[in-house]
Amino acid sequence: MAFATVLEAPPRRRPVVRRRNGYLPPPPPPTGGGDGPERDPEPRRPFLDNARLATLFLIGGEIMFFGGLVVAFFVLRIAAPVWPPPDQPRLPVGVTGVNTLVLLSSSVLMIGAVRALARKQPGEVVRRLAWAGALGLVFLAVQGYEWARLVGFGLTVSSGAYGATFYTLIGVHGVHVLGALVWLAVVLMHAALGRYADGPTAGLRACAIYWHFIVALWPILYVAVYLL
Amino acid sequence: MKQNPKRRAGHTGHHELGFVRTYIFSQDHKMIARQFLFMGLFMMIIGGLLALIVRWQLAWPETAVPGLGGILKETNGILEPSTYNMAFTMHATIMIFFVVMPILAGCFGNFCIPLMLGARDMAFPFLNMLSFWTTFTAGLIMLSGFFVPGGHAAAGWTSYAPLSAVPEYTGVNWGQNLWCISLFVMGVGSMMGSINYITTVINMRAPGMKLFRMPLVVWSLFITAILLLLALPVLTSGVAMLLFDRTLGTSWFKPSGGGEPLLWQHLFWYFGHPEVYILILPAMGIASEILPVFCRKPIFGYHAMAFSMIAIAFLSWVVYGHHMFVSGMNPALGMSFMVTTMIIAVPSAIKTFNWLGTLWGGRITFKVPMLNALAFVSMFVIGGLSGIFMASTPVDIYIQDTYFIVAHIHYVVFGGSIFGAFAAIYYWFPKLFGRMTNPFLGHLHFWPTFLFFNLTFFPMHIIGVGGQMRRIYNPMQYEFLQHQQHWNVFITYSALLLGLSQIPFVINFFWSLFAGQKAPMNPWNATTLEWSAPSPPHLNWGARIPTVYRGPYEYSSPESQEDFLPQWQQPSVAAPAERRRH
Ligand code: HEM
Ligand SMILES: [Cu+2]
Repeated sequence: MAFATVLEAPPRRRPVVRRRNGYLPPPPPPTGGGDGPERDPEPRRPFLDNARLATLFLIGGEIMFFGGLVVAFFVLRIAAPVWPPPDQPRLPVGVTGVNTLVLLSSSVLMIGAVRALARKQPGEVVRRLAWAGALGLVFLAVQGYEWARLVGFGLTVSSGAYGATFYTLIGVHGVHVLGALVWLAVVLMHAALGRYADGPTAGLRACAIYWHFIVALWPILYVAVYLL
Repeated sequence: MKQNPKRRAGHTGHHELGFVRTYIFSQDHKMIARQFLFMGLFMMIIGGLLALIVRWQLAWPETAVPGLGGILKETNGILEPSTYNMAFTMHATIMIFFVVMPILAGCFGNFCIPLMLGARDMAFPFLNMLSFWTTFTAGLIMLSGFFVPGGHAAAGWTSYAPLSAVPEYTGVNWGQNLWCISLFVMGVGSMMGSINYITTVINMRAPGMKLFRMPLVVWSLFITAILLLLALPVLTSGVAMLLFDRTLGTSWFKPSGGGEPLLWQHLFWYFGHPEVYILILPAMGIASEILPVFCRKPIFGYHAMAFSMIAIAFLSWVVYGHHMFVSGMNPALGMSFMVTTMIIAVPSAIKTFNWLGTLWGGRITFKVPMLNALAFVSMFVIGGLSGIFMASTPVDIYIQDTYFIVAHIHYVVFGGSIFGAFAAIYYWFPKLFGRMTNPFLGHLHFWPTFLFFNLTFFPMHIIGVGGQMRRIYNPMQYEFLQHQQHWNVFITYSALLLGLSQIPFVINFFWSLFAGQKAPMNPWNATTLEWSAPSPPHLNWGARIPTVYRGPYEYSSPESQEDFLPQWQQPSVAAPAERRRH
């Protein structure tokens, strides 16, 4: 049988060399741009739902945004003869370090919330989300308090590159934390209303991804602005 | 498709939507596309008038500009240097951010992506609506700058610091601030749009629509969206810093406080070069779409076209330094930017040769969209070639900041993007509005536009090499420029005629909108999916989304009795069975 197949002459194509427009068609299958000969279209199954995919791309854009700021910061910092300028107040490294841990632990809670979602424990989801949000709020509050103190010590946006970079970078991150908190609040509300129990969970998962991004950004800024 | 029933129901509910939800806060991608189109065309009028004001001043310096007497009362219509600076700054800003981007990326991105991929709508219709209204707000903010005391921004569309960072330098206060705010808002809006486009392309394709069966215009819009997503945030961060410098007293770009003026240039051009590809890539896609239709041939080198666009997207990040050859740069760095810039011309050349290969031996019909697409190809070649001149540092040191650059810009942006936009408008008008445009008026628009475009911008190469700097108030102030002033006069006459040549377009557009001949479903006998939907599409398709069986450019295919084989047409049963034996 197999032998016969080998001996069988290759199937003859219809001689379809119709000349049109003075253009000789390429040997079939004609690829007017396409995937080659396989022809049975099948429904596609996306590897990630829309919400999470979009969040990943949002993060891509955000990275470029923060990239611009951080690179600009380093340009000014490296060009400065002494950094920090001797007559300016020092930044609160210790308090902010603890605050960093606060923010990081909110991310851990977020992971917990998504796990609870997978285990179908709606109550646990709400509790962990609420705690994550609360820690985010604590972070913001401490940041705000420290800002107020720094302003009191005389470090303002107009105190040269030092003040300008500090307030811009940290402030922009703070605004993002605030934005993420609003998103988190919406998700928390949905969770409390039981929307994720039966419906699609992509909203919560997308929010979690964004939250992790905002949290992960912070240690980088902390090291760049406070420690280096 | 993963179209869940609830979503579908929401869509069929469209009939009952009121006026506001249908025409204003619409979430329908086709309506949003039309909104972007109208916004872009309206802004084009303003940008065009500003250009004519600039031209008047260059040809007949310090004479009253006709029609401006009522606005510039103190000077009786004569431009002052500050007003002149404002005019060219706002001309470029409006044209780039509020004409080309809304029309090409905004309108045709919205229109083509779902329709050509076989999706009912964008991945996030609400976000899509928000994106338009954010951009619209940005446009309003930008226009409001004309009415604040001190006038609008006047530091060039590139807004180099410290000129732009210190209000006292230009005497402009709120104008420049509004410029920053507007671009910031626009950045947010375009981010929403680009995320939406990317997600739609990745997740919402119809069954059978593989990545390499996507029409090239969708490829180009996809890559444009990626560039938008990654490039605009850099500008957004830059304008935020600039705004803080101006309003809060930070010193990012002000040397007095330890800032670095050159930093602005790096941020701006790191965005700026990808930006010019954002302006041109959709037009490239449009040309790749239209040429095969009107010469009834498959596109030449489909994969090469897609990959060269990907290559452009990668390379556009590493060439930005060619805008800064004379800004003070390590010579080794300048050298590397020179090399990368020359390399980026290679994928552009690949595309050009593929367009020529598509035309070669085709049965070309010179319909209006085709003429505009051909104009795109030929003008882009001229603009690309002058780009190569400027890419080489020794030459650029001489011609940088001259009218040669202005000629280059306009050959790529007007000759490229705007002709591409015209081609797209004529080509998709039947699908956008359900009516055909008038071919006579179309020709009456195209031919004078093409002629006067060249008469306007080609001589700029000559005066540029002759030494005329860009952005100067009065060329007659320089003795070495006086002998070529006749060119400036000539250019201004051509520019005025170029402006007049747009009148047939406006008439054609509105006349066809209301009284044009009703468009059939597939007026151009094209193969891509949007032509399988009724004109104008409602809910895109009826009950079933089309299935895709082949690539997008099967023209004159031997498999079909007609000379085209649409993507949605089921293959005859015999042919594939035979083929599967291989
Ligand atoms: C073949 C590819 C290209 C090359 C090699 C090239 C090269 C260059 C170079 C070297 C400059 C800087 C000149 C100077 O300021 O001294 C420049 C400026 C410019 N190019 Fe291109 N270019 C290319 C394509 C394009 C395209 C496709 C566009 C837009 C659609 C574009 C838009 C611009 C604009 C707007 C400027 C002026 C920016 C300004 O200073 O205001 N170019 N180009
Ligand atoms: Cu460039």
